[in-house]
Parts: sequence; structure tokens; C-alpha cells
Amino acid sequence: MIKSGFFERNLRYIFPLPALIFVLLLMVFPVGYTLFISFTDWTLTSGRPLKVVGLESYLTVLKEPRFLDALGRTFAFTFGAVVAESILGTTIALVLNREFRGKNALKFILLLPLVATPVAIGIVWNLFYDPTIGFLNYVLSVLGLPQSGWVTASATVLPSLVIVDIWQWTPMIALIVLAGLAGLSTEPYESAKVDGASSVQTLVHITLPLLAPTILTAIILRAIDALKTYDIIYAMTQGGPGYASETLNILAYKFSFEYFNLGQASAILVFLFFVVLLFSLGVMQLRKRFEQ
Amino acid sequence: MRKSLRFRIGFPLLVLAIILPMLFPFVWMLLSAFKTQVDIISWPPKFFFSPTLLNFRKVISEQNFMLYLKNSSIVAFCAVAFSLALGLPAAYSIARFQQKKLSVLILIARLMPGISFLMPWYIIFSRLGLMDSYIALILSHMLIALPVVVWVMSAYFESIPREMEESAMVDGATLQRAFMTIIIPLSVPGVVTATTLSFIFSWNNFMFSQVLSMQKTRTLPIAVYNFMSYAEVDWGGVMAAAVAIMAPAIILTMVFQKYVVKGLTMGAVKG
Repeated sequence: MIKSGFFERNLRYIFPLPALIFVLLLMVFPVGYTLFISFTDWTLTSGRPLKVVGLESYLTVLKEPRFLDALGRTFAFTFGAVVAESILGTTIALVLNREFRGKNALKFILLLPLVATPVAIGIVWNLFYDPTIGFLNYVLSVLGLPQSGWVTASATVLPSLVIVDIWQWTPMIALIVLAGLAGLSTEPYESAKVDGASSVQTLVHITLPLLAPTILTAIILRAIDALKTYDIIYAMTQGGPGYASETLNILAYKFSFEYFNLGQASAILVFLFFVVLLFSLGVMQLRKRFEQ
Repeated sequence: MRKSLRFRIGFPLLVLAIILPMLFPFVWMLLSAFKTQVDIISWPPKFFFSPTLLNFRKVISEQNFMLYLKNSSIVAFCAVAFSLALGLPAAYSIARFQQKKLSVLILIARLMPGISFLMPWYIIFSRLGLMDSYIALILSHMLIALPVVVWVMSAYFESIPREMEESAMVDGATLQRAFMTIIIPLSVPGVVTATTLSFIFSWNNFMFSQVLSMQKTRTLPIAVYNFMSYAEVDWGGVMAAAVAIMAPAIILTMVFQKYVVKGLTMGAVKG
């Protein structure tokens, strides 16, 4: 080759260097810092210097009923939303998996909930859910059903938020599965046709098994985000009424920026991170089994 | 292909059953944005009413809307531009030199809850006197944009055959020159995908701006949220603000639909 200077020879290190520095400074360091704070009793309100207290913040948090409630709620929210979204999204994708006029327009409509500002979506749904002027209670009254408090009542707030999440994210699963369907080879279908398989048999024995890795990946991506849902819940209820819709992320926000109890907030965040991590690893394991 | 009568009637109905619930909240938001407060709180809810532009006027004149629009635009543009500057070479080296460590780091960042970055930033930026500054906001939004750029572009660069830059280098070009003059121009579709997606995500971000911005640099999502937390909600005004804030992301999606779909689905389908 022609003469190569220092820059050329070390390009493989120089190219990623700026991004690496950014990632180290703004991602790795803060996460390490959070981990450190979780072993202290730091609060911004008391003004005394922080003390390293080992696992005390974790133990305090574990004994805090709000934490345990939030943990259960986070799981319930994620489970309800992701199960419904996977079933609905896959069904929608299977329905739309053919050529028809207006398919692109329909895909655009599917994209809308995904790209619209979540805070604004939350506010629009708040108007929908409003107990006195909301459209949904009007529908209930037309149907002769009792009206609901939706997000303003503790009993119904979590399911109501799950509905919004389903509305917002089902299209994501549908689009992913549609893309997965487009990539399937036609070969198994032809032999199934030769064997005289019915369309239901083809779906159950060919399409769904072939799609399983795609669907599972969609579920991982979706669940990671659902576990961390913040915008919609904060915009609609701020975790209320009372603490009835407080998830781990909302709780961590309140401990950090409302109570300035940084030690315990960090402990909550470390818990949340492990929940997300364990979940992702678990589903990836499941996916590997499907791919064999 | 012959289609049965049952299919020709049933299929459009199915499609309608998918579209209507997806679209209705948007329709209701649009209608409400053109309603007076009296029309909004009337029972039963009104589908027909005489539209008013009052809500939009109010949002623009009373709420400092132009300042928030400017802030949101500055933050999103800069965060995306800097993320491309850092992310394109990084994605290239992940694709060509198999630098998996960086991609694993960025993947882990994707798993972390945003607040675990936000709390340390809050402490550090306060100490540095950078609260309510564009710098802090842009840096935080780069955390959203950079992973998108690296994620989308490393996959894209991998799809470009190595011969492209090898032949250029045989002709005497340096690698960085081949990258700039051959690879980047070939990667325009990928760059469009990464740019559009990361712009939308930055534009929509609520949590980072909620903590790091105050009066001076407040972005639109915070402004819309604050609009709501008055004692008596001015629903018409809030809906007009919601329409205004969603419009840019929706227009971008309309123009670059193919790329947005690709970016949102690529991770799951590819591997």
C-alpha cells in the first residue's frame, strides 16, 4: 500500500473514539455513579454529607410498601400490555399480510401512535377518559352500562393505562410481524398446499413456528420499554390517584426529584435495571430454543 | 386469484375494525382543538359544531409557544447532527472492524431506565451550572439519538460490500476518504432512517427535558404538559397544543414512511 500515517494506521481506533468517549462520560460513568449512590444515604434535602451505608438503602426500599406495590404494578402493567399487544399485533399482521389497495395508507395509520408525542397522547386519552365529559363514559351510557372513573379511580386506573399502552404499541408488533412475514420463504407453503393442508393448519404448523423468533424479539423490545414506561403514566396520572398507578420508574422519579432521596432512588433504579436485564436474558434464552 | 364474496365483504370490515380504533383518538383530538370550551364540555359529546381557531391563537400568543418551538427544534437538530457526527464513524467501525464492545455498551444503554442517567446528570449539571442550558439538553438528547444512529447504521454499513471501499483504496484513496466519498453517499437511505427516527424520538422526549430544562430552554412536551396542570383544564387549548406538537413528527413520518417502518422493525426481523 501507499504510505500510511499514524491516522490511517489507527483508524479503527480513531473512528469509534468520539462515540466511545461520549458513551463513557454520559452513560457508563452516570450508571456507575448511580450504583455508588445506591450504597449511600445521600439526600439533597438534609444538607449533611453523604455516608456510605452499604446495603441499607436496598433494605429500606425492600421494606417500603410503596416499592413492593410498584414492583407488582410494573409487572402487571407490562404483562397485561405485552400479552394483549402480541396477540392483537400478530393477528393484525396476519390479516394485513396480502396485497390490497390502500395498504400503504394503512401502514401510515399504524405508524401514527408510534411517532406521536407520548405526553400529548396521554393528554388526549385523559380527555377520552374524563368521567364527566369524556367520550368513553358517553359510549358506556349509550350502551346502558354503568359509567367508570377510568384513570381517576384507583380500581380502574391501571387497566385504563394498559389500554392506552395497547393502543399505542400494538402497531409496533404488527409492523414487526408484517416485516417478518414478508421475509418468509414460500417453499414450506407450496409443499403444504401439495399435501392439502387447510389454511388453519398452515397457520398453526408453518407460519407461527417460523414467525416465533420474530415475535419473541418483538416481545423483548416491547417488554423492555413497557417495564420502563414513564411519559404516558406521568402525563396522565403522575402515579395517582394516591399511589394507585405508581410503577418503579415513576417511584424512582419521585424519590429522585420530588423527595431528593438519592440513595433510595438509586436502589430502586438498580432493582429496575435488574428486572429489565433478567427479563431480557430470559426471553433471549427462550428465543434460542425456538431457533434450534 | 379468485376471491370469495365473503372475503370481499369481510376483509374491508376487518381493515375498518383495525383503522377505526387507531385513528379515533387523533380525530377526537383534532375535533376538540377546533371546539370552544362550551362545545367540549357539552353532553352528549358533539360531532358537529361551528369550528373556531381561538384555541390555536391562544396557544401561539399566550403560552410562549414560539420559544418552546425554537427550543425543541434547536435541541433536536443539534442532538441529531452531533449523533450523526459521532455515530457514523462508530457504526462503520462496528460493521467493518467487528468492534462488538461498543455495540454491547450501547445495547446496555438501551436497557437502562432513563432516570439512572438522569439523576447523576442532574447532580453534575447543577454543579457545573449547566441546568437550563442547551448544552445539557443536547447532551441528554444525544443519549436517545446516538444509539439509534449506531444501531441503524452499523446494520446498514454491513450490507454494503467491502469491495466498494477496497477498490477505491486500490486507486490510492485513504480509508477515511473512501468512507466520506464512497460509503456515506451509498448509505443515504440508512442515514435518512436514522435521522428521521432519532429526530422524532428527541422531539417527543419528555423525561430528560422535564428535569434538565426550566423557563429558558423548556421544550414543547413540557409546555404541553404544564398547560394541563392548571386548576381548570382548558381542553381546547391543550388539544390545539397537542395537535401542534404532533404535527412535525407526523409530517416527517408521512414523507419518510418507508424509512420509518424500516428503522422501527429492523432489529427484530434481521436477527
